[in-house]
Amino acid sequence: MAVGAPVVAEVAAAAPRPARVEAERRRIDLGSLPLNVALVLLTAVWIVPTLALLVSSFRPRFLINTTGWWQALVPPFQFTLNNYREVLDTYSIGTAFVNSLTIAIPATVIPITIAAFAAYAFSWMRFPFRNSLFLLLVGLLAVPLQVTLIPVLQIFTRTGLTGTFLAVWLAHTGYGLPFAIYLLRNFIGALPSDLFESAEIDGAGPVTAFFRLVLPLSVPALASLAIFQFLWTWNDLLVALVYLGGSPDVAPLTVNVSNLVSSLGQGYELLTAAAFVSMALPLIVFLALQRYFVRGITAGAVKG
Amino acid sequence: MAGVVFEHVYKRYSGNVTAIADMNVEIKDKEFMVLVGPSGCGKSTALRMVAGLEEISDGMVKIGERVVNDVAPKDRDIAMVFQSYALYPHMTVYDNLSFGLKLRKTPKAEIDKRVREAARILGLENYLSRKPKALSGGQRQRVALGRAIVRKPQAFLMDEPLSNLDAKLRVQTRVEILKLHKSLQTTFIYVTHDQVEAMTMGDRIVVMKDGLVQQVDTPQTLYHKPVNVFVAGFIGSPAMNFLSARVTGDGRASLKGDGFEIPMEERVLSGAGARRDQDVIVGLRPEDLKDARFPGREGMPRVPAKVEVVESMGSEIFAYITVGGKTLTSRMDPRSEDLQPGQPVQLAVDTDHLHLFDPKTERALVLQGEPARV
Repeated sequence: MAVGAPVVAEVAAAAPRPARVEAERRRIDLGSLPLNVALVLLTAVWIVPTLALLVSSFRPRFLINTTGWWQALVPPFQFTLNNYREVLDTYSIGTAFVNSLTIAIPATVIPITIAAFAAYAFSWMRFPFRNSLFLLLVGLLAVPLQVTLIPVLQIFTRTGLTGTFLAVWLAHTGYGLPFAIYLLRNFIGALPSDLFESAEIDGAGPVTAFFRLVLPLSVPALASLAIFQFLWTWNDLLVALVYLGGSPDVAPLTVNVSNLVSSLGQGYELLTAAAFVSMALPLIVFLALQRYFVRGITAGAVKG
Repeated sequence: MAGVVFEHVYKRYSGNVTAIADMNVEIKDKEFMVLVGPSGCGKSTALRMVAGLEEISDGMVKIGERVVNDVAPKDRDIAMVFQSYALYPHMTVYDNLSFGLKLRKTPKAEIDKRVREAARILGLENYLSRKPKALSGGQRQRVALGRAIVRKPQAFLMDEPLSNLDAKLRVQTRVEILKLHKSLQTTFIYVTHDQVEAMTMGDRIVVMKDGLVQQVDTPQTLYHKPVNVFVAGFIGSPAMNFLSARVTGDGRASLKGDGFEIPMEERVLSGAGARRDQDVIVGLRPEDLKDARFPGREGMPRVPAKVEVVESMGSEIFAYITVGGKTLTSRMDPRSEDLQPGQPVQLAVDTDHLHLFDPKTERALVLQGEPARV
């Protein structure tokens, strides 16, 4: 008995433990229930219109005009590819898609490249007026894009750039740089100074340090910035419309789709197809780079 | 391989802040020199000036025969180990070790040979393809050392390389660094705030405070013959006890303070230039305050005291005792285990090891019972 007693005591002590753990887990589950419900609702609010657009884009015109999109989800399934065929053939959505890419890719690459160099210089190189220049740059974040439209357009017209892709690239670069430099400087500036000193002793000059240290270490920030900038230039209507005009051989998807809205009127089955074409790429980009997107936003906030 | 020399070196920052003033230190070839001092004393700044990471405001720093004031860090032929290790997080251990050599356009085969050699010395052979984040703290520290080794520099600079390790690993790595120093036969300059590290590692030690070099000497000399109150209090653990006293006595001289009187030889006091009625600071190492009950202490002056706390370390006992209004530390042998808090005790003072300092200048007057030659 003397030997058994402690064992019994131990069992007795151990017995309530699983029950408590169980209760604990249930409490956590209950606690996160509202959060989960909210998440599901929020996701639904976002997904339903997208789904409606996707479904509608595959439905023939008479069905779109007579029934709701959700009725397409029950048999008999009546889907068609005609809408896509028509917008691609007749309304030069294909060209517009290529134009959008032609605008968005350089308009993403150019500012981010410049911003990376600038951010490195602002964080780690010593030069006169460094802080004042940076403050000026941050100040530019507050300037609304619209106030620049007329003066910039005048410059472009005078230099014969209006209506060319170069004009939009330059414009997007200008509009994107302040934020890009600001974000990258925060990230690059937070890299430990020891790394750069160590590299300096190892024999790395500023250029080597930039390409061998700063760039590889800034991939998360660069990627999330690239996503931001790409989505912004891809979805941009205003800048393209002002500096490119409506000419179909240079017009991006946004300009083209907005033209469709006014010209098609009734035929909105074509509009759904065109809209979905314009949405497809951002969706793919986002889904593919989602990892970087999240990491980039939290970068710097949490020390890893 | 080369020595490093500081000649009248100053470091001033804008706004008239002087970080280092008139530093004159000669570090010999193959020497293990430790720079030690409390934070903000300028020890890291001094090291960074050797590395070329800080500009030298005035004076000269020489590596070997070459004045390096205006030489870029990469051309100084030194290697530095940082407190944070500063490993390149996106590179494997192999790439971390080879980065410096690659930038110097060392032939591939040579790089490979040196990297594998360093990895062998440091026991990193199995980790060469790992990235730093997949290594433990001790392994990262070894990679940082390896990065310095592969370069075969003229001097190794180390800025608190052990302070991010836990206590046990720190002691191990301390020994490893010493072995490394022995096998590499290169000048090491080592910065630390930890006087135990300094005492155990340095061939010689530079003690610094407020940008001024206090004393440069071997650990033993610093311990036994500190030139001023700061060095005396900084070197040694537990720290030296300090008591205010006055030189008194008609005929026989003695040091009289709050709750004690210690007779002194006239010869020593006059040799140190101490006059009657002069105030002094008495410095006593914990081991020079002994329990008077045991034999061999009969001739030593007695000081009545009261035990406050007793810490038993096994092989020795630290007793915290009050004399007058002051708490002193005494290092006693295990025979004094029976001491109880609150108990009165007679202390025997070993005057052969007593130090005296001038309270105004804080400079040493008497060291180890003999007039200080300053």
